[in-house]
Amino acid sequence: MSNNEYTPGPGHYVAPLEETPLAAVDAVNVDEKPSNLWRDAWQDLRGRISFWISSVLILLIVIVAIFPQLFSSVDPTKCDLQFSNQGPSEGHILGYTKLGCDVYSRIIHGTGTSVSVGLIVTVLVFGLGVIFGAIAGFYGGWVDSVLSRVGDIFFSIPYILAAIVVMSQFKAEDRNVWVISLAIGLFAWPSTARVLRAEIIRVKQADYITSAKSIGLSNFKILMRHVLPNSIAPVIVITTLSLAGAIVAEATLSYLGVGLPSTIMSWGNDIGAAQDNLRNSPMTLIYPSIALSITVLAFIMLGEAVRDALDPKARARR
Amino acid sequence: MTEPLLQIRDLEIAFKTQNGIVQAVRGVNLDLGAGETLAIVGESGSGKSTTATSIINLLPGTGHITGGSIRFDGRELTSLSRKEMENIRGREIGFVPQDPMSNLNPVWSIGFQVEEAVRANGIATGRKEVKKRAIEVLKEAGLADADRRMKQYPHQFSGGMRQRVLIGMGLAANPKLLIADEPTSALDVTVQRVILDHLESLTQELGTAVIFITHDLGLAAERAKHLVVMYKGRIVEAGPSVEILQNPQHPYTKRLVAAAPSLASRRIQSADAQLAELEVSTQTGTVDFDLVAAAAGRAELKAKQGPRPNAIEVDDVTKVFKIRQGSGRAVDFTAVDKMSFAVEKGTTTAIVGESGSGKSTIARMLLGLETITSGDIRVDGESLAGLDNKGLFKLRRKMQPVFQDPYGSLNPLQSIGNIIGEPLDVHKVGDSKSRRNRVNELLDQVSLPKAMFGRYPNELSGGQRQRVAIARALALKPEIIVLDEAVSALDVLVQAQVLQLLAELQEELELTYLFITHDLAVVRVIADNVCVMEQGKLVEAATTDEVFGNPKMEYTQRLLDAIPGSGIKMGL
Repeated sequence: MSNNEYTPGPGHYVAPLEETPLAAVDAVNVDEKPSNLWRDAWQDLRGRISFWISSVLILLIVIVAIFPQLFSSVDPTKCDLQFSNQGPSEGHILGYTKLGCDVYSRIIHGTGTSVSVGLIVTVLVFGLGVIFGAIAGFYGGWVDSVLSRVGDIFFSIPYILAAIVVMSQFKAEDRNVWVISLAIGLFAWPSTARVLRAEIIRVKQADYITSAKSIGLSNFKILMRHVLPNSIAPVIVITTLSLAGAIVAEATLSYLGVGLPSTIMSWGNDIGAAQDNLRNSPMTLIYPSIALSITVLAFIMLGEAVRDALDPKARARR
Repeated sequence: MTEPLLQIRDLEIAFKTQNGIVQAVRGVNLDLGAGETLAIVGESGSGKSTTATSIINLLPGTGHITGGSIRFDGRELTSLSRKEMENIRGREIGFVPQDPMSNLNPVWSIGFQVEEAVRANGIATGRKEVKKRAIEVLKEAGLADADRRMKQYPHQFSGGMRQRVLIGMGLAANPKLLIADEPTSALDVTVQRVILDHLESLTQELGTAVIFITHDLGLAAERAKHLVVMYKGRIVEAGPSVEILQNPQHPYTKRLVAAAPSLASRRIQSADAQLAELEVSTQTGTVDFDLVAAAAGRAELKAKQGPRPNAIEVDDVTKVFKIRQGSGRAVDFTAVDKMSFAVEKGTTTAIVGESGSGKSTIARMLLGLETITSGDIRVDGESLAGLDNKGLFKLRRKMQPVFQDPYGSLNPLQSIGNIIGEPLDVHKVGDSKSRRNRVNELLDQVSLPKAMFGRYPNELSGGQRQRVAIARALALKPEIIVLDEAVSALDVLVQAQVLQLLAELQEELELTYLFITHDLAVVRVIADNVCVMEQGKLVEAATTDEVFGNPKMEYTQRLLDAIPGSGIKMGL
């Protein structure tokens, strides 16, 4: 046959053999790098600028939260009314509050409060959400009905409203970081539980779960070893996003006066205290707000980067 | 010579992916005259569907035509605007998609969707006219009470009926060409046959040319005069169907012919002899396995061995499911009805039936995943019915399953080594070092390289995954393996390889197989005994030779007739 390609006609055409070598039908390519969901996600994360920016920011925020002294030598509690609402000066780059405290130092020392509330709430929401969601989704039946209704009840109450009610039961001096975190976390978990429940119901129908049953693995081990690892990815995503929400919630409560007492430094308290003289010295309100925004944005950015990395569809679009 | 209805020249199609551009179709030439039928055969990834869908510019995702021409009825299709193409789709070229389940919108009534197709193709205008034509379309598609059916929704239709509707919609405007992309792959075999017969008579009546895309060589040859075999985006062999089947030239086609279960079962049938006495010569050196040869070999071996003790005894087993109705009442549904059979040690028994026949329920009961309502299953003489958890745990070592979907049966987050070794871990067999050695041994047994140990399932092809599933099932050295449609989702060549692997393992390890399948053709080449099930009842049970050579029941005969390729004389 002179021509390589098939020309339509009544005859019987056979392609020249050398052109389509018959490789082993189902050969294994052992040279490629090993990959799985988490490894691929990490590969993907590493290539994202938003991931690096947010990580560096968060690292910085955490260091500030743990070692505020490193960033500010001024005592934030040493206030002097003679400096009330004064502008920036040598050693006090952001000026003074109405009570004559150093704004910069208060922001630095307030970081710890915001970050710890965020972390405690996140751990709480993650823990409660995973326990409730996993049990409801995996065991199903009446257990699911009971747990899901309990979740719905909590879900139906806006968590800020619930936290305001809970917090106002405490005297100002009894309120601290733990109390406020509990008040927020107790009402914020149902959405996490719902996401996990739905994911677990999907995963538990997979054949590898049946396969695990037929080798005699107990239900609990199947849940821990096979079901949870395969359904946790979306939960991690919403958890990173909820961290930002918790920080905002603390600031909101403190601003409203039902959060932390004014003796505890927090951005919410600072913003609340500054609102009275917004006209005279707007900067005392704006600076802590900027700190709050940067922190929240950093966590949201991280959350979105993680979500895109864990969602193969989002990856393909890029 | 006049120009044919469809003329494809030097067609090139590429897909954009993460790793650059992938060429899916390279230099394909095709001709199709008016009223002719052409079948494109190939495995997944061969470019057969891509070629066909490019004709009406329905390429999925990032695919696009990079070169060549497609001429249809005197017009060039590759340079048409979107609007012009929309006018051709449906009106001049009809399309029947693969999956009838997902190609009808569940929230609209059937009537609405057919009317929509009628209106879009401009066959009729005005409410009454459109409705009248829609009813005609459904009647032509073989739905007797079309008037009533119009108001129903897709979920009230069976798979076969939905496919009829889709065929009806594809042919609604009397197109000159119909593209049928694996139109029956998702349907039961008997339904498949009826639908294809219907499609054939309709298109013949209307004089429609048909491009038929399939992975089944037998089916293709039965339904089309002309055959094109594609491999890796190229046409490797083309010609008259019968000629290609009887005298394949290209090594790839030879492999396909050797590996297609439907053809193999026809070849065995036409030899008209007991399997054990068949003398099979593999055609040339390029074909390294042949299903018929493999089947003949095993039958010969079995004939020598004589009777053996029973590994599985199913005794008067019934399974009743409670199905909850909307109003909170529960209705009994008998999935398995007083079924009895036995499987001898070291043999293969196939349970055959259509979907909903209860064949998988039997497997699940045997595996202890489903309780038995009444009756008893004995494994090695040990009764399953009265077993406590501990006893069941011990019994699980004796039997292991392999499932249908190679993409769903492996935990994507476990490495291959952990997947295969997990049963050893659960049953506390040996220490970590001996487990590792055992896993390596198992990888070797299923012909996978040891380097697979640290890899993850998403890196493997379907066939490789199924090997991993088999290795995992073998880990505890079981006596019984339950294969639930274990090869149904695989491509023909891969399927043949896995079937061969299963046969070798059986010989080597004296395994007993319970082979659940809807595909009688596969049964012909792998099973010693066959149980045919219909709606939870056992209709026929006999040796494979008996069932195929001399079926007693009409239902079995129907299943046998449904194996494609009946009209074709095949040599060995």
